[in-house]
Amino acid sequence: MNISTAYSSGRLTAFFSGELDQHEARGAMRSLEDLLDAYLPRDLVLDLSGLNFMDSSGIALIIRVSRRVKEMGGRMWIENPAKQPRRVIDASGIDRLIPVATNSIS
Amino acid sequence: MNAKNYIKLEFPSKSSNEAFARTAAAAFAAQLDPTLEEIGDIKTAVSEAVTNCIVHAYPETVGKVRMRLRILDGDVLEIAVQDWGRGIADIRKAREPLFTTGGEERSGMGFTIMESFMDKLRVRSTPGKGTTVTMLRSILSREKTR
Repeated sequence: MNISTAYSSGRLTAFFSGELDQHEARGAMRSLEDLLDAYLPRDLVLDLSGLNFMDSSGIALIIRVSRRVKEMGGRMWIENPAKQPRRVIDASGIDRLIPVATNSIS
Repeated sequence: MNAKNYIKLEFPSKSSNEAFARTAAAAFAAQLDPTLEEIGDIKTAVSEAVTNCIVHAYPETVGKVRMRLRILDGDVLEIAVQDWGRGIADIRKAREPLFTTGGEERSGMGFTIMESFMDKLRVRSTPGKGTTVTMLRSILSREKTR
């Protein structure tokens, strides 16, 4: 999987693409931690529109990142998950902890 | 129950095989003419089962994983994922949402997701001998739903 970014006035958007499973999760976590350290954003947006596949490894990653962002005093949410990741998010119930927006507000 | 078709695949418990296993399962299931959502559900359940073998059955070593897929009467897809690893002492506990022995890299949602995406999930395990996870999912082909 790949992560590309956009930054504007305190908001860092991380665009996920490809497939996120246990094999990919560790590298993705490292990338996100590096990005958080580099930008120190107020808001972190995980844009999942380009993510074709995600399993529960992705859920663990999202929970870990949101914990990191909270520790930094920031906010995090998910935007535009494609269908399969959306079903995994719904089944896991993390949308009760982390907001999921279906249309980009930016 | 008679199988109309089947495949058996055996591979080492390397994480790079997670994507291979779910893609192979989706390719086999394609003959049932599943919807995109059904394909996504099959890939997800296989990914969870195979990841469990890699992370939990063989935490320190690389061991053998066997995946068997069968098409049963009534367009039911059966997925069985077997390992000869550490085994699960308390299956009921392991199936509880959010329970994990895998630390913060795991969500504890693997079995919950397999259960919600499949029609049936059976887990058989003997500590020290291994685990077999068997899942059933009936496929409503696109042709029939038209």
